[in-house]
Amino acid sequence: MKTGLLLNIALALLMARLKQSIVAAAGVTFGIATFIALVSFMTGLNKMLDSLIINRTPHIRLYNAIAPSKTQPVNRATEYAGFKNFILSVKPKDEGKQIYNAGRIIKTIRADDRVIDVAPKISTTVFFTSGTIQLSGIIDGVDVDLEQKLFHLNDNIIAGSIADLGTVSNSIIIGKGLADKLIVKIGNVIQVTTPDGDRAMLKIVGLVQFGIAEVDDVQSFTSIQTAQKLQGKPANYITDIQVKLKNIALAPAVAKEYARLFDVSATDVQTANAQFETGTTVRNTIAYSVSVTLLIVAGFGIYNILNMLIYEKMDSIAILKATGFSGKDVKAIFIRLSMVLGVIGGIIGILLGYCLSLIISHIPFETSALPTIKTYPVDFGVSYYLIGIAFALTTTYLAGLFPARKAAKVDPVVIIRGK
Amino acid sequence: METTILQAVNINKYFLDPVRFRVLTDISFSIGRGSFVSITGKSGCGKSTLLYILSTMDTDYEGELLLNDEALRRKNDAELAIVRNQKIGFVFQFHYLIEEFNVLKNVMLPAMKLGKYTNELVEQKAMQHLKMLGIYDQALKNVSQLSGGQKQRVAIARALINDPLIIMGDEPTGNLDKKNSDVVFGIFKDICQENKQTIVVVTHDPDFAKRADRTIRMEDGKIIT
Repeated sequence: MKTGLLLNIALALLMARLKQSIVAAAGVTFGIATFIALVSFMTGLNKMLDSLIINRTPHIRLYNAIAPSKTQPVNRATEYAGFKNFILSVKPKDEGKQIYNAGRIIKTIRADDRVIDVAPKISTTVFFTSGTIQLSGIIDGVDVDLEQKLFHLNDNIIAGSIADLGTVSNSIIIGKGLADKLIVKIGNVIQVTTPDGDRAMLKIVGLVQFGIAEVDDVQSFTSIQTAQKLQGKPANYITDIQVKLKNIALAPAVAKEYARLFDVSATDVQTANAQFETGTTVRNTIAYSVSVTLLIVAGFGIYNILNMLIYEKMDSIAILKATGFSGKDVKAIFIRLSMVLGVIGGIIGILLGYCLSLIISHIPFETSALPTIKTYPVDFGVSYYLIGIAFALTTTYLAGLFPARKAAKVDPVVIIRGK
Repeated sequence: METTILQAVNINKYFLDPVRFRVLTDISFSIGRGSFVSITGKSGCGKSTLLYILSTMDTDYEGELLLNDEALRRKNDAELAIVRNQKIGFVFQFHYLIEEFNVLKNVMLPAMKLGKYTNELVEQKAMQHLKMLGIYDQALKNVSQLSGGQKQRVAIARALINDPLIIMGDEPTGNLDKKNSDVVFGIFKDICQENKQTIVVVTHDPDFAKRADRTIRMEDGKIIT
């Protein structure tokens, strides 16, 4: 009841300065709305940009690096154990790119509970032949379901569907740039030649576009079985194992662990794409600092109006104190006053911020990089709204605190004697 | 013999600005329950200063002050606020009504702060006081719509709402004409006689002072009679 009384008094004082109060609350509204719109938009963009590369990249990639044997035979020979052996002209070992025992490795990794899933891949360079022209390119043999689950390949397929790779035998999805150069379209058959000279005719069931010309000009996908057949390899032939982790931050450590455990090479996404992390951090920093500045400005607005109000309402403060309201009560009244502005301004700000985000999310945005995206990406995360309202309350509390402390210290004797 | 309600023991008060100056010198007196006391003296003799010390609003003094046998000297701000809320009612020269509230709400405010009764009961009580003071019909009006005399009566109703032991007035008739002064004096007299509440009024109006039960006359920070 007492709280209600103090709030009641606070509201009455607020009414005395309604216009300025509205302006002060509008400052908060504006701050919060901008914060929400800005952060939602920035995060939406960030997520989209991340998805361009990070989502398309496995968190950990296991492969067989082409490298010379670490221990050359001469070093194993016991009669030369104490000697310093010099070997000139060391060449990489011809092990091929196959990962041995890939099936077991995949099973083991899939059982690891830090992992979302594992997808095998066969990567090989090929020549595409159409009429008289030959173009070099890359075919990735992928597991259709896992590839879609982990890397959302369908987002980049502008014609056809990834599912067709599984249902149509000897099928291929080729890059948009490649298709343009070869002058082929869906339903056409192209001839593919492997480095070993094997030839195959593959039917085009889809076109893929990543928006990166270098990739779109060479990249193509086929099913893992087709890729194995193409190269004349058995069903256990796998060149890459792609791992997605639940927590991307663990990638470097887990990559090292797997490399040791399975005796293969492993790279993590952080090492492969270091610049994207930096970009994301910078964009977030900009968004947050702009918003925080706006809210601080709004806070000063509230501080001003409260200061003015206190000077104007000295008499009221004096009589409240004379009739038994303590300094603490008076302080509470003015803090409530400030908080009322913060809550009202904040709530309207949240609504306005949501509206702004909604408007932004309907602005057309065409990018060749993401064929499925037609409007600006906006992230409608609840956390921004919570941060926004929390920040509004904190700023208004602090903005109210100093004038409230001043009001609490008002000496009624000085005021009353002055009349 | 009447019981003592307010007792001042050797109260000294200094103003430090611009130079150290002794405003009150060894003020000692006691006021009995239900008496009507006026404090009078020339302008600058320290009578208002004394009242503010008695009212507990000014805590910067030496000596001891006892209200209903309760020492007030060492109480903190919050405790003194409670004392003022429960035991002391104020009427000033200026009405000090809060313009954002209507008459009724102004009167109710100290009782709502006290929180002893429900709002309905407080409202009833406030209406009774307003009725007694003859401004019952103004209860729902805004403060700014009232005349000076009416405002002062609202201020008195506010002072009475928590049934204080003492009602203190600082020139309560200072801004009023003769007719309204008489009305206010009459009200004080009634309160004093009927409710057995103590009244301490600072005034330089000799007419007003004369009609009180007892007059404390001050000069240069000392009590002379």
